[in-house]
Amino acid sequence: MNIVVLIKLVPDLVEELTIDDSGTDLERDWLRLIINEFDDHALEQGILLKEQSEGQVTVVAPDTEGVDDVLYAAAARGADKLIKLLGEFEQGVNSHALARASASVVQDLQPDLVLTGVQAHNDLDGSVGPLLAEFLGMPYVGYISGVTVGDKKSIARKEYPGGLIAEMEISLPAVLGIQAAEEPPRYVAISKVRQAMKTATIEEQEIIELDSSGGPTISRMFLPEATERATMIEGDEEEVAAKLVEIFQELGLL
Amino acid sequence: MTAFVSNTAPGNSSFSKTFYDSLLEVVDGEHLRTCLQCGTCSGVCPFGYLMEFPPGRMISYLRADIFDRVMDSESVWMCVSCYACTQVCPSKIPLTTGLMTRAKEELLLAGNIPKELQSALENSQRYGNPLGESPRKRANWAKGLETEVAIMGKVKRPVDILWFVGDYPSYHPRVQLASRAVVKLLDVLDIDFGILGPEENSDADSQRLAGERGLFEMLAEKNGQALSKYQFNEIITTDPHAYNALRNEYPKLGISYPVRHYTQFLADRLDQLQPLLTQEIKAKVTFHDPCYLGRANGVYDEPRTLLEAIPGIKLVEMQHNRSTSLCCGGGGGGMWLDGFQWEKAHVRLSEWRVREAISVDADVLAVACPYESPRFEDAAKMVQGAGQLRVKDIAELLVDAMED
Repeated sequence: MNIVVLIKLVPDLVEELTIDDSGTDLERDWLRLIINEFDDHALEQGILLKEQSEGQVTVVAPDTEGVDDVLYAAAARGADKLIKLLGEFEQGVNSHALARASASVVQDLQPDLVLTGVQAHNDLDGSVGPLLAEFLGMPYVGYISGVTVGDKKSIARKEYPGGLIAEMEISLPAVLGIQAAEEPPRYVAISKVRQAMKTATIEEQEIIELDSSGGPTISRMFLPEATERATMIEGDEEEVAAKLVEIFQELGLL
Repeated sequence: MTAFVSNTAPGNSSFSKTFYDSLLEVVDGEHLRTCLQCGTCSGVCPFGYLMEFPPGRMISYLRADIFDRVMDSESVWMCVSCYACTQVCPSKIPLTTGLMTRAKEELLLAGNIPKELQSALENSQRYGNPLGESPRKRANWAKGLETEVAIMGKVKRPVDILWFVGDYPSYHPRVQLASRAVVKLLDVLDIDFGILGPEENSDADSQRLAGERGLFEMLAEKNGQALSKYQFNEIITTDPHAYNALRNEYPKLGISYPVRHYTQFLADRLDQLQPLLTQEIKAKVTFHDPCYLGRANGVYDEPRTLLEAIPGIKLVEMQHNRSTSLCCGGGGGGMWLDGFQWEKAHVRLSEWRVREAISVDADVLAVACPYESPRFEDAAKMVQGAGQLRVKDIAELLVDAMED
């Protein structure tokens, strides 16, 4: 089983986010990046599958600050091959561009299964998984919390709202958007990560052009703004009730 | 759980042997050979009665070459590294630093740790503190104080005293109150001091005792680098765990500075401090000896000297005091294993301690470790009759006794 896991780093919300001078993007000089939580689950699911059914896990990630550490940690957890996509990723790219850029690299790896996080908090133009599946011409199922693989097919558990779970059979190769791995992402001792830094190698793949077409253009990015629409109604119960009735009548609700 | 293949992995027949040999390399590790199997360690351990493998039995299994059975159990995660076993061992075996910590290290290397502990370790690695707070905000607690606290990276001048603040004193809202009291004390004593602020990382001693040696070394190196940039005469710290690390562990990594706990530092300046303590505090006060000030480092008198200097205070001792003090439950990773330990034990060590405090009719439970105020205040909410008990850091009591 040849498993490819596509991950990316996203802004770490432990730090406060600020908007840059253009007013359309985050101030990136101060950003601290962290692996997208769902991608971390996709990686864990990939490693769990490898442990259950033999195979190889390749992790693919665009080059952003701190990505080497994340890749080495992935190796310490059990990933076999690490690929870093070189290109203009530092200033942030949309999901269309990332999916296009990784599609050719993923294609060359001839995967049986492609896993990625079902979403990321900075996906402004849809999540990467379905876009990647489209560029690869593979089926896609998202919101997956449990996968088994067999000969040329996979059984995946897809989560629906209201606690409903569907089990579906998917022919491979396919792309799955992982909501949660079957076990929480494991801890690896720092000494093992440090060891991986010495023994694992990160393969680099140049991405010449980033094509972000298909995504929206951001015209303004701003922090939540307080509105002045709330009215505090003063007075005793009778007065408040009378005032409420008046308001409801004005709005045509009564 | 993932199988971790190495020559020291549990399940390997030579594992007991390799593990035994690794214990002999710990300072005083040779004493292990002289274990009498008296069981005193297991008896004194606050959780020994419910551990499948208390320390004494761990040694017997080790000698019988069946230590992999111990490693299959989760029992070692009940260890709060409180030094109670080490303190009483007639053969002077380094049970806390050797046996218990090494066992946790092996479990951690095999990826076999309680999930609850995992996030504290991940946070420590990523943010330099187990609470998962922004490292840039490490000195935010000192904002808006009457006395401006010098941050070494900003003031760019030598100071007399470098104050290693610690994780909980920096970030935990309850413990920040004690940090602010320390600022006031240093200020009235006219001490020239500074802090590392955002350059300070967790001392990582509790992470080390929870089995994450690599993380400890990584964070110690970062602290060592930060400290080496500045000029100061001495370090003081508000955290006994940081005190233990700086005094006993960092020197092994080549990071060596004179260090004192703030209670030692203040007790030394009692002549100067005493005349300022003019406000009477009419209260019966009992002092909880922190494991890493008391048993691990032998500091028992200075905290009591400070408390006795406060007019009006009547100092009483709990049943367990000084070298027999009870752990608050926060050491050795216990701070991040509350749920796990509750599930196993259905008792909390902090509640046991609070019951002792009220059994001697104490009005105030005085503490000198940042783990304790939040732990004991929570415990007091759960213990019947503890509603009136106040938990106060010694620094807070000293400030209360000064005129505004």
